[in-house]
Amino acid sequence: MDALIEKLKGQIIEQLNLAEVKPADINPDAALFGDGLGLDSIDALELIVLLEKYYQIKIKNPADGKTIFESVRSMATFIQSQGKA
Amino acid sequence: MELIITSYCRIKNNRIVVKGVEVTLPKQDVPSYFFADAYKHFEMNYPKFHKMDNLSKLGLIASDAALKGNDFLQRNKAETTAIIMANKASSLDTDRIHQQSINDKDHYLPSPATFVYTLPNIVIGEMAIKHKLTGENLFCICDAFDAQLLIDHTQITFDQETKSAICGWVDYDNGNADSLIYLVEIASDSIKNTNFIPLNAAALDQLYK
Repeated sequence: MDALIEKLKGQIIEQLNLAEVKPADINPDAALFGDGLGLDSIDALELIVLLEKYYQIKIKNPADGKTIFESVRSMATFIQSQGKA
Repeated sequence: MELIITSYCRIKNNRIVVKGVEVTLPKQDVPSYFFADAYKHFEMNYPKFHKMDNLSKLGLIASDAALKGNDFLQRNKAETTAIIMANKASSLDTDRIHQQSINDKDHYLPSPATFVYTLPNIVIGEMAIKHKLTGENLFCICDAFDAQLLIDHTQITFDQETKSAICGWVDYDNGNADSLIYLVEIASDSIKNTNFIPLNAAALDQLYK
């Protein structure tokens, strides 16, 4: 799980062009939206693209997005649950 | 009503001139490196900058450079400050990037972050968001820099409720950056005490040259 989280941090930084953020700056349990990384709605769409691009995962139910994208750890947990890690 | 230019920034490819003074940056052939150097030089401290397309980066750098070191934003109200821009290439540079991402049906992965920049007036939105400006705005597309067109539209907005404006040309295509952004205000005794340029076509052509 830790290796996946680290990999995911790098992919998020690249996909979202977070040029001033380093992987170590991202707390895997911090909220991705709001107070945490301060991502916006376009970033949410980019995270959906990230899952498709790197892990071939399509989110079938949009309502699941809130839970999946709560934090880096919740994303990693979801990826593992899909057997794609 | 006499309108004057109180500050300006001219960017042509790797060269930046602010109020007649050239800004020295490391020579870069890659536009993204040039923009990154300019971002650092002007201490923009605005992480969202890195997510923008090149047209918006160019507009943000030029407008920030023109605004730096004067109190234009402090002495003018947000709701009566207009943004009037023009260019030739519209958002074609970003349009092509988006097109490439949807050409191959087997690798159909358009980027939402790219798609949102496939309109030229987004650069106006980025300026307005960064500086919290809520006045009138207009983006024109024309074949070449047209000083009179910019002046005409500026006059029209000042005839309404506009009291100040960020105006200019912001064009980016195929790695070529070409921008002249200038601040327009109504002449007053306090402003006229500083260096200013009358707003007319000859003056704009001279700044753009």
